[in-house]
Amino acid sequence: MKQFTFTVEKNDPLTREVYRMVLAGDTSAITAPGQFVNIRLDGLYLRRPISICDWDDSGLTLIYKVVGRGTEQLSKMVPGQALDCLVGLGNGYDLSPAGERPLLVVGGVGVPPLYGLARRLIAQGRRVTVCLGFNTAGEIFYEREFAALGCDVRVSTVDGSCGAKGFVTAVLPDSPTHYYACGPEPMLKAVFNALDCPGQLSFEARMGCGFGACMGCTCETITGYKRICKDGPVLYHDEIFWKDGNK
Amino acid sequence: MPDLSVSLCGIRLDNPVIPASGTFGYGREFAELYDINILGTFSFKGTTLHPRLGNPLPRIAEAPSGMLNAVGLQNPGVEKVIAEELPNLRRIFRKPVMANVSGFSVDEYVETCAKLDACDQVGWLEVNISCPNVHHGGMSFGTDPACAAEITRAVKAATTKPVIMKLSPNVTDIVAIARACADAGADGLSLINTLMGMRIDLRTRRPVLANITGGLSGPAVFPVALRMVYQVARAVDIPVIGMGGISTAADVLEMMMAGAAAVEVGAANLVDPFACKRIIEALPDEMARYGIGALSELGRAR
Repeated sequence: MKQFTFTVEKNDPLTREVYRMVLAGDTSAITAPGQFVNIRLDGLYLRRPISICDWDDSGLTLIYKVVGRGTEQLSKMVPGQALDCLVGLGNGYDLSPAGERPLLVVGGVGVPPLYGLARRLIAQGRRVTVCLGFNTAGEIFYEREFAALGCDVRVSTVDGSCGAKGFVTAVLPDSPTHYYACGPEPMLKAVFNALDCPGQLSFEARMGCGFGACMGCTCETITGYKRICKDGPVLYHDEIFWKDGNK
Repeated sequence: MPDLSVSLCGIRLDNPVIPASGTFGYGREFAELYDINILGTFSFKGTTLHPRLGNPLPRIAEAPSGMLNAVGLQNPGVEKVIAEELPNLRRIFRKPVMANVSGFSVDEYVETCAKLDACDQVGWLEVNISCPNVHHGGMSFGTDPACAAEITRAVKAATTKPVIMKLSPNVTDIVAIARACADAGADGLSLINTLMGMRIDLRTRRPVLANITGGLSGPAVFPVALRMVYQVARAVDIPVIGMGGISTAADVLEMMMAGAAAVEVGAANLVDPFACKRIIEALPDEMARYGIGALSELGRAR
């Protein structure tokens, strides 16, 4: 983890509630897709953790949904403004077990970390399938961006307004070699139960510090207590202990 | 060069800055960021006899100029702390550490303290009788003078190390509790633990914290903490560690002018992982600004 000041370069809406922010600054602390930054915002005491969508040597991209005061404030920032960020937080996804045909399963605003992951898996020559699940057509974003990377993209919407009607589990392909998932917890659990191959799932939690000091976000796993911020947010499928039972 | 050193129950500290229990883990996360040997000492994560997962999530919430936590004393248990955390700590911290202890019965406090008494790395025992987030333990021992005195006496009998009783602000008269601990043989007091509070999510109309209530910390509580430290320091003859919302070197001076012999820094570590380093580095200039030559003279000036 490192602390750096970033400069806002772009901050534009992708849908009615989802924004994309491009930040310029030192990204040397970022080691894997699926990691997050923890952002200090004026007038709020706790930092706000936001997952990294993608990064290069000169900066990073965040995609976030406006859900409360912190993200609302973030959505109003304009190019040129400075942001104090803790960078390189969390474990991120492990690319090594991906195999030939990795599957990326996305629920709604779970898109960001899987985009950076997809770009890296494609660069390694893997055949990547991305299943995007949204509530309705108007909420869909990044479908074209995943396709432009060379991914096989499948879309589902709960109301059937775009792609297959139903949950993302309706469009899962046969026999992927490994899966990577990010989205709301009920969706993660449905995906966990629908797939037989090994996989990695990214979890969300209210955090205090974001770097493992306060124990504010600890959950129970089969391999022991894990801090979502430090030992996660990505957990392997075989260590997950669902609160309401594993089936 | 101004003199930052202070004495705490007979042990010299290079400076009075002590990260507070529960905001610094067992030091590892911060040792990746800076050399934690610059600290006076630190108080490690509240340790109990048995391992604890703590309360259900969510257990953190935003507050005006502060935060609520309802972690509920998550820790690996004293055996594992001694077998794993202390040896790890030895590699990154060469000063005596403050062992923070909590329990659910007098016997549990005693047994945990006795185990830690055998650890030469431990300089002080900070006995938490003020955790607001556990039921049938923690704070319930710290809200009644007789109970507080009973724990103090029992722990004192189980250790030769200095015993610092950590007090709750969630009481009618903190001075009465402080006096009871001092009369029962406490070597020092630390205050304040968090103030009990809660938040409600307007969307769900339900409490934000799964535990419903949590402890408020951060700058919001600083004036309350300062007032309590002032009252307690005038009432007892043992050293008082002041804590509650300290975020700057100026806050340290203010807390010491109120009578604190040393200070603990809590929530600030969570939002600025370099907070203690920043405070320690800023202290000489801040002392010079107010003509303070030695921090140890401040406590006496009360």
